[in-house]
Amino acid sequence: MTPTTDSFLERAPLLLRDWISGFFPAALRGVINDLIAILTILAVFGTLFAFLTLAERKILGRIQNRPGPNRTGPFGLLQPFADGIKMLTKEDIVPRAADQLLHFLAPVALVAFSLLTFAVIPYGRHLVPVDLDAGVLYFFAASASTELAVFMAGWASHNKYSLLAAMRALAQLISYELPLLLSIVPVVLAAGSLSPSGIVAAQGAWTLDVLPHWYVFTPWGFAGFVIFLVSALAESNRSPFDLPEAESELVAGHLTEYSGFKYALFFMAEYFGMCALSSLGVTLFLGGWQAPCAFLEFIPSYAWFGAKLLGLLLGFIWIRATLPRLRMDQLMRFAWKFLVPLSLANLGVAALWRLGAGWSEPLQLVRWAMAIAILATAFFLLGRKLSSGFGPRVYRYAPS
Amino acid sequence: MMDFAFALIAFLLLASAATAMALRNIIHSALLLVVSWFALALFYLWAGAEFAAFAQILIYAGAISMVVLFAVLLTQRTPGNFILIPESRRRALAAVLAGAAVAAAIAYAILNASFPVGSTPAPAVTVRELGIQLMGPQAAALLVVGAILTVALVGAVVIAAQPEKLQREDPL
Amino acid sequence: MFGSGLLQGLAVTAKNFVGSFHDPKRMVTTEYPEQKTKLPEAYRNFPFLVAETAEDPMGTLRCVACQICEKECPPQCIYIEKSKDKKPDATGKMQIYPTVFDIDTSVCMSCQICVEVCPFDAIEMDQVFEIATADRFNGLMLRKEQLTKPNSYFHEIHPNDAREIDARLAADRKAAEEKARAAAAAKAAAPPKPSAPPP
Repeated sequence: MTPTTDSFLERAPLLLRDWISGFFPAALRGVINDLIAILTILAVFGTLFAFLTLAERKILGRIQNRPGPNRTGPFGLLQPFADGIKMLTKEDIVPRAADQLLHFLAPVALVAFSLLTFAVIPYGRHLVPVDLDAGVLYFFAASASTELAVFMAGWASHNKYSLLAAMRALAQLISYELPLLLSIVPVVLAAGSLSPSGIVAAQGAWTLDVLPHWYVFTPWGFAGFVIFLVSALAESNRSPFDLPEAESELVAGHLTEYSGFKYALFFMAEYFGMCALSSLGVTLFLGGWQAPCAFLEFIPSYAWFGAKLLGLLLGFIWIRATLPRLRMDQLMRFAWKFLVPLSLANLGVAALWRLGAGWSEPLQLVRWAMAIAILATAFFLLGRKLSSGFGPRVYRYAPS
Repeated sequence: MMDFAFALIAFLLLASAATAMALRNIIHSALLLVVSWFALALFYLWAGAEFAAFAQILIYAGAISMVVLFAVLLTQRTPGNFILIPESRRRALAAVLAGAAVAAAIAYAILNASFPVGSTPAPAVTVRELGIQLMGPQAAALLVVGAILTVALVGAVVIAAQPEKLQREDPL
Repeated sequence: MFGSGLLQGLAVTAKNFVGSFHDPKRMVTTEYPEQKTKLPEAYRNFPFLVAETAEDPMGTLRCVACQICEKECPPQCIYIEKSKDKKPDATGKMQIYPTVFDIDTSVCMSCQICVEVCPFDAIEMDQVFEIATADRFNGLMLRKEQLTKPNSYFHEIHPNDAREIDARLAADRKAAEEKARAAAAAKAAAPPKPSAPPP
């Protein structure tokens, strides 16, 4: 199954897997292969989660003119383990009036559905755990199910504030689901397939061997990528859209009544969601495991995927350090009045782009100019409409 | 093997739906209904319709469940507290009779219908096929459904936006 | 343009991030306890007793056990016991000295009244704050040996005050010397008094 033309590094994970499953009888090999894939995903993304929390704290610290954790181990490298031990040894308090079963199931369901989304992403040239034809749809089905767990958490806590916050979180998640899906549709349109490995393969060529054909380098792809990133931030409850779980908003929102390991599970689910959406963004817009230039192909495909994923995650951390939190009504207005119309315009531009795929050379420039013009106009006009009505602040003082 | 999987999915579907009807706590009922929708998606997967299964989860468990839960929470004064009024016991007999009649009618229809058992395997319907069908022969139905959904959405917005004229401008 | 503010914000944070590695202005943390910030000169914590020399701190205490600070202390955290004998102080004059001088730092409120009322500039405010101890009562009771610190230390922590006090003390000493010399000279120069008055 592994083509022998690939380099050794490229085939190394598959060779390792075949070596391990070679210890088992032939009838069980398929199951063992899948089990190894599952364990690898858990191990890799679990470790990534641990060190991502540390990287976030250090980067946030450096941006805020302070060093971040540097006492536990050299450069604070043992901090995630210290956090893990802390979470595990905390007392697990469940309110007596809370719905015990739902209170227990909510973090479990959240982590389970977040982990399910990792199954369809191509991590390398031959490294897709499950190659589904409708893989992108499966991804969104699994991440839509996580919203149920948010509601369960808020309801089961038997706390007015948790319920209110869970409702707000749900409203945010549903509102940003729409721009997320609408920004994906142009990619499916251009690639002609819902399967992530098909979409990565469609971005495989290079012009002049140095300019990759990733979708982010087209006008509609760039706009779609930006919309996707913003919606991904909102879908994983990340700053600046972290109203549901911020400390100053209704205590911790729907997480108020959770302590110890269950809180750690919620935290983990948020980071898994962020990693999964970033992986999907890399797959759909940044060319997945493709190298940016033809001569850089000697670096194995999973290394490129990892590098792009880390780049996106660091970008998320950068945005968190920069922007203040959005208020609920600002959030909703942004989603419905800006992102949805913009992604519909993006869809139209992508359709026009596809129509002009076969045009001759000089008309290609016209294609680019038209696409950029329409998108820029839409962005500009929607931006003006969104921020209209906010004039300079008028102060009225009491009459003296 | 196929029959066992089908039986399992059918049991899950019917058990969750029945328990949803039997429970007093309406939120638990709503969540069990969501479980039955998941079982229906599993059934679609068993039948080979991937697209329908994922669309079912995305739309039902992802969005319609939210609508149901919001509706339950916004209309219940004390969710979870049910009192059994005396008339309910009398109505129970009528409910059992009506349910039995409906079940008998459906069972008769299903058992007497002849489903042709073909010798050729069913065609694998890919997403591409579905797309071509929706854009071609079934385009009219798609447009009508879209128009109905738009009308419903606009109507909901109009109904929800009505009390605005009662809010007076704050003089400050 | 919509979003230009966001991009400017991202540029600012990027500048902060990159600058924190090489620009001291962008990494303002002092990593205690390896580094310590310089305390202001007027910072005070608990009192200490000033001794003139570092070689014999217990013998050159400025304190003469007048007990004014003990009486003026608002929470009454100072306990002094006078000595029965006298020892020569820094100027050679015979003075009594404190055999016991205790300050209970769990009570002391750092109000500096003892410093203000001391006529001999014998008690001044120290700046140490790393005196945490696991012993709740005895560990917080500072005895005379722990409280005595040389004048050179006083110069280190409060240079301006120390210089002023030293100048004043030197001037006083000089004035006292002048007076003693003038009295001795006057005594030597005066004609001898008739030894026996007429009966």
